[in-house]
Amino acid sequence: MTAIIEVEGLTKRFGKVTAVDDVSFSLDEGGIHGLLGRNGAGKTTVMQLLTGQDFATRGALRVFGESPVENAHVLSRVCFIKESQAYPDGFKAKHVLKSAPWFFHNWDQSFAERLVADFGAPLDRPMKKLSRGQRSAIGVIVGLASRAELTFFDEPYAGLDAVARHRFYDHLLADYAEHPRTIVLSTHLIDEAANLLQRVLVIDDGKLVIDADADELRASATTLAGKASDVNAFAAGRDVLDRSQLGGLATVTVAGLTHSDRAAAASAGLEASAVSLQELIVRRTGGAPAPQEDVA
Amino acid sequence: MDDGRPIFLQIAEGLESQILDGSLPVDSQVPSINALAQFHRINPATALKGVNLLVDVGLLVKRRGIGMFVAEGARETLLAQRRAEFQKLYVAPLVQQAKALGLSTQEVQDMTSKEMDR
Repeated sequence: MTAIIEVEGLTKRFGKVTAVDDVSFSLDEGGIHGLLGRNGAGKTTVMQLLTGQDFATRGALRVFGESPVENAHVLSRVCFIKESQAYPDGFKAKHVLKSAPWFFHNWDQSFAERLVADFGAPLDRPMKKLSRGQRSAIGVIVGLASRAELTFFDEPYAGLDAVARHRFYDHLLADYAEHPRTIVLSTHLIDEAANLLQRVLVIDDGKLVIDADADELRASATTLAGKASDVNAFAAGRDVLDRSQLGGLATVTVAGLTHSDRAAAASAGLEASAVSLQELIVRRTGGAPAPQEDVA
Repeated sequence: MDDGRPIFLQIAEGLESQILDGSLPVDSQVPSINALAQFHRINPATALKGVNLLVDVGLLVKRRGIGMFVAEGARETLLAQRRAEFQKLYVAPLVQQAKALGLSTQEVQDMTSKEMDR
């Protein structure tokens, strides 16, 4: 497989703020991947750099093997759907859909029309008058129908309700099956999108803190519950991500359990349960509660 | 898909159950990777991983350009495997619970016979 994105030591500073801090990764062609992290972590900045909308302070980045900055050869193959897309005054959704084929040479008009009908997007009203959800729907439609070789969806579903979001997932998977390409999904609705993702990149405070296969990540931590003394004995000397205790009962979340570790935990009478991607990311990005003192 | 265990394992187990209960008989075609991905709303690479797990152990066979099919003897293989695991997965926890409740061997046996005769 060939790398579609290569990033090496990428850094972006805005004045004194380091929005992207020495980030390195590469992404192979094909697949649906996630760029996750908390608000303000630097996800959007990374995507802006990758789509040539901003200059890096330091570091190297290549998209399709070239620098994306003012490079029509690269940018014509890329689609970036932003949460806060600005439109010219009086611009209506029908104008958006009419101008889209100028930028995206894989644009599928009939697919776009089907999506418009499915999302119930109003075409004849100024974009500025649309609700957040309606604007998001237009973004989703453009992102899907553009069929760009590399598509970034930055928080594509702000304001979309659960029904519309599921419709988006269904269209994404169905169209991806017909037209495989590379899709990068940035979202804070991690649990909802988790199963759609192949690779997961997590950015926290400008730094890349997780770069892993979603399946590996899911298996990478386990929560064990049982009698506090048993739990603590088992957890001693292990990489504990989280711990809580209630009276004589305790739970710990530990990283990297092997098969024999699991067997040992089971025979010690501990109940094991896997940790969801969202919990794992929350714990790795500063969301973990302070270690609880035993007040019992 | 429930949270927790790796999704590709759940995909593999789902197909195994369908082979076991006969809804996927020998030689029948298994849903395509894309159909599985869309149905479960999961990444196609994950669906592929689950299906490949069953191909690797010979429960499914790939026919180039056509798709995946249930292999000859797949159900028997699965039955043997599940029977072997039965004691560990079901009987052991049952006995453990019975001991915690102070039930005698005889009492557990009586209850088991009663359930079997239902």
